[in-house]
Amino acid sequence: MIDGFTLGAPLREGGMASIFEVTHPDHSMPLLMKLPHLDGLDPAHIVSFEMEQMILPRLTGPHVPEFVAAKGFEAPNPYLVMERIPGASLLTRLRELPLPLDEVAAIGAKVALALASLHRQRVSHLDVKPANILFRRTPDGLRGDAVLVDFGLSHHGKLPDLIEEEFRIPYGTAPYMAPEQAMGQRSEPRSDLFALGVLLYQLATGFLPFGEPLHLRAVRHRLWRDPVPPRRLRPEIRPWMQEVILRCLEVDPARRHPTAAQLAFDLRNPEAVRLGPRAARTRRDSWLKLLERRFNRDRSLRTGRPAVTSHAAPIVAVAVDLREQTAPLAEALRTSVGNVLRTLPGARVACLNVLLDGYIRGDAPHDSAGRSARVQRLAELRHWAAPLGLEEGQITFHVLEGSSAAEALLEYAEANGVDHVVMGARANSMLRTMLGSVSGEVAARAPCSVTVVRAREMPA
Amino acid sequence: MGRARASVMPVLASARHRYQHIPVMIAILSDIHGNREALSACLAHADRAGATRYVFLGDYVGYGADPAWCLRTVMDRIAHGAVAIRGNHDQAIFSRNHRMNGRAAAAIEWTRAQLSPDAATFLKSLPLEHAEEDRLYVHADASDPEAWRYVTSPEEARRSLEATPARVTLCGHVHVPWLFGLTATDKCTAFRPAHDAPVPLSRPRRWLAVMGSVGQPRDGDPSACYGLLDPDAAELRWIRVPYDVDAAAEKIRRAGLPESLADRLLVGR
Repeated sequence: MIDGFTLGAPLREGGMASIFEVTHPDHSMPLLMKLPHLDGLDPAHIVSFEMEQMILPRLTGPHVPEFVAAKGFEAPNPYLVMERIPGASLLTRLRELPLPLDEVAAIGAKVALALASLHRQRVSHLDVKPANILFRRTPDGLRGDAVLVDFGLSHHGKLPDLIEEEFRIPYGTAPYMAPEQAMGQRSEPRSDLFALGVLLYQLATGFLPFGEPLHLRAVRHRLWRDPVPPRRLRPEIRPWMQEVILRCLEVDPARRHPTAAQLAFDLRNPEAVRLGPRAARTRRDSWLKLLERRFNRDRSLRTGRPAVTSHAAPIVAVAVDLREQTAPLAEALRTSVGNVLRTLPGARVACLNVLLDGYIRGDAPHDSAGRSARVQRLAELRHWAAPLGLEEGQITFHVLEGSSAAEALLEYAEANGVDHVVMGARANSMLRTMLGSVSGEVAARAPCSVTVVRAREMPA
Repeated sequence: MGRARASVMPVLASARHRYQHIPVMIAILSDIHGNREALSACLAHADRAGATRYVFLGDYVGYGADPAWCLRTVMDRIAHGAVAIRGNHDQAIFSRNHRMNGRAAAAIEWTRAQLSPDAATFLKSLPLEHAEEDRLYVHADASDPEAWRYVTSPEEARRSLEATPARVTLCGHVHVPWLFGLTATDKCTAFRPAHDAPVPLSRPRRWLAVMGSVGQPRDGDPSACYGLLDPDAAELRWIRVPYDVDAAAEKIRRAGLPESLADRLLVGR
């Protein structure tokens, strides 16, 4: 019994702490308590425990365990109590490698969304690996949101970095560690995208792209040695997936996806992935190329560069209402989106249209009437967007289905880590009174910014 | 009668509950330097933020055009329980031993003429440091407060931290926010605090926080800087408060003080 918490079964004996199941009369959710090892001489145990104690209470949302209580090293028995996520970590799935590719993409998208939420809160995890990834259970028994655990090596953009201050050698897990992290840089959120890339590679092929190096020198090989292209190990991997994985594994963080949300977007929208040379790669680079890289290494990795945030590379969802689309509103919407793109060239645009359930007759959404309605809507969306002149890969088109336009848009924004919704206001005030305002509901409930565009009415 | 009591009781109960749980929030203001506009903006901000205690880390005068007003304001806060420490510019008003650069010396000459003899007596009466619970308030390096040494590096912070038993030292003098920490493994680390993000001053580490300046910031941000310390949570926030910089600069020019003292306010350098 510690401070009202009743100790239950030991859950895990970690390298740095013991973890017990605990209960408390004030808390109904399952709980666990971390007790750091105090006998060892390694200050890493103490510092990483301090770091987690500092960061966890500042995090919110479904992608992290909820913080409950903590006692620091001023007490004889420091501890940290948090929500326990029932179920096993992704580690248990490593026995089944390689996983079905649909599942690899689904897991990757969930983890990427969890990382996006973390990065928005200014935290880089810096130890993304199977053991630190769990999933919430949904009522139907299917896997829900990914939950990231163990913030002992994490970096908070607005707090002192105790790890960096204390240790000259980089801390992390060797197979998953990003090259810049191996060089001692700890303030790059895209290091987490590299680690996720290693994980995706492992889940899809059954192999670790850089093996399991035992020494830091060997970890740094990934600065110049490229991995075997995943399709060479498992030919049924689609080119788009190889493109995405190898982009995550780029040595220069600036060549990876700009944000975790954009990576999640690619994993959920394979047709939106623009295929480049990475998708076509069939073998590793030649020794000549390696030698060149080895000795002309990009020095920016040592100095670091400012991290890109979702502000600079947002996912912008534009909801285009084709039914009552009048030319002036269509143009006003386009102008708004164009303005966003001019200031933020890293932005990606998802054009959305909602096909209401009632519109498709019958139960099957893919009957011939439904399909042709979708195809028609997609064509209209493309037509609307054509004047924007965007390249493939920067813009995607989606026809959503649902019984309520607002619900469908909100669900999409939530599931895809959308940063900004742009939509038109219903022009006809009679309709608005009868049906309610879709834009009003979206603006009130969206997890992100919403711009409501209205075409100025011409005087009669 | 019974009904009346029933309606009164819950109010009393909640008032007592509030009284017992008033959270302590300490506003820490340093290097005001006669800047009335900046000081009023910071005090108004701290009052709104629920500050229950005020600590002034010195340098009320020098550089700015409103030394008398700033001193009166600080004296008024002291009458209501605030703590005030003496800074080097305050000392220069009554002592000529401390060497200063030309602009600072010119400003002190001008300031001396603005102040009554009572003001000098008041400044003389201020302590060089003040200890409270596990905290120490001081203007500059605590290892020798009257030497007025800047703390701008981990080595200088270590010298200050090792000279006192305080777990948390709060000082000013530098005009740029810094946080130095002495770890359990005896390393001294430096951190440039972000605006308005509470930083935990976790135990058993020891910390030296440099507060930044209310009246003459020098970190490139012209807005006034002060600190809010929650001693129960052991969390410190550096707050930036925008204020009427143009008015403060214009007063400096009109007073005939060196022009550069006005210009630097506009850019926070």
